[in-house]
Amino acid sequence: MTRVIRFADPLPIASAVLMGVALWLIFVWVPTETNQGAVQRILYFHVPIAWGSMLGIFIVSGSSFMYLWKKNEKWDRLAVASAEVGVVFGGLMLLTGMIWARPVWAVWWTGEAKLTTALILFFIYIAYLMFRAYFPPGAQRQRLAAIIGLIGAIDTPIIYFAANLWAQAHPPIITGPAADSESSLGSDLGLVLLTATVAFTFLFIHLVQSRYNIRKAEDDIVELKRASGTKMARAGRSS
Amino acid sequence: MRDSLAVVWSIGRKDLLLEVRNKEIIVAIAGFALLVLVIFTFAVDLNQANARLVGPGVLWAAVAFAGIVGLNRAFALEVEGNTLEGLMLAPISRDLIYLGKALGIFLFLAVALMVVLPVFAVLFNLIVFRWEMLAISFLTIIGFSAVGTLFAAMSVRVRAREVMLPLLFLPVVTPLIMTAVESTAHLVNGRSWSDMSQWLQLAVAFDVVFLVVSAFIFQHILED
Repeated sequence: MTRVIRFADPLPIASAVLMGVALWLIFVWVPTETNQGAVQRILYFHVPIAWGSMLGIFIVSGSSFMYLWKKNEKWDRLAVASAEVGVVFGGLMLLTGMIWARPVWAVWWTGEAKLTTALILFFIYIAYLMFRAYFPPGAQRQRLAAIIGLIGAIDTPIIYFAANLWAQAHPPIITGPAADSESSLGSDLGLVLLTATVAFTFLFIHLVQSRYNIRKAEDDIVELKRASGTKMARAGRSS
Repeated sequence: MRDSLAVVWSIGRKDLLLEVRNKEIIVAIAGFALLVLVIFTFAVDLNQANARLVGPGVLWAAVAFAGIVGLNRAFALEVEGNTLEGLMLAPISRDLIYLGKALGIFLFLAVALMVVLPVFAVLFNLIVFRWEMLAISFLTIIGFSAVGTLFAAMSVRVRAREVMLPLLFLPVVTPLIMTAVESTAHLVNGRSWSDMSQWLQLAVAFDVVFLVVSAFIFQHILED
């Protein structure tokens, strides 16, 4: 029997403690960046969240591949769990990025290669999750979903290359304070980013783990229902 | 090799024959694409400068959207007539079924484009009939049919097929749409091969990758 949430789990505790430390570092300890001002602090969230969404995509494509190869249920559970968490992180990444870009680049959005790639990948993994929601459950759904996960991974370098070429042809309009100045932070930035990244990575793993266990519990229920169903049918026949 | 080509061709020919009889898919693709073009002539003030600026984008957006309309039908007929089982029972490998279906879709898109391009040239007052355009169109619709066939086969059994296919298809083919739009923009601005060579190489890479991967992966889609 899998417990969905255990309160003595080290991971959520470590994540919560580190998150507190990161918050203190971000809002109290680190000095304000001189060119960009206070809004620069959002990068200490944006970068770790973006890392989390990248991690999600890596795990989805890796476990999709493993599912197609080994046909083991656990890879499918891992893929769906990290896709869901990854999409949430991806949405937050786009949102925090835009909030930062508006004052610093003077635009909400621009055709820069990394932005375009992130947005298209976000859409691919939304489609992945929608496909899972619409398709009747069973081995076929898992197989087809794994194919979408794999196609998304194969497409990523092509999208990035195309977006890069496109950005060269249409140079992104960036005029704000970050356009032509060096950061005033130096090594302070590294420490804060590292702490926040570790905190968000722990959170990511914890969320994926919980979702994986929920998924496992759902499968167990289906299995139990099927087992009791056949038992009852057998009992009905014998009486 | 010769046998494989014969199998691919006979599946493609079967789809083409069906299409000649009921004229369902090509009319749908061409009609939809033409309507998008016409609507854009109202949406944008089409002087010569604007036409060059937005024309290529409108053309390929129209073709991509219209392609989805056709793709939705491509496997629907097979499912409605339960003929997909027939194809699966035939003693041929699954990648050949994929290539045959993709060939059919490629031919539909090609015919539809032959109708759409002249109308585009007239409505937007742009010169598009050059060899470069043939290469761009060829590479783009190969990629569309390679990815489209795969996703059409996957979404044919989904509850909301009409919703699912564009959500899967469009993000994956965005590199190809960028390629087509940028090369066509070079073309209508009077530039030649060397300016678009990087884009065309990208299109070739996309087509090769997705034809090979999809043909390889197709067996996982058909198995039950």
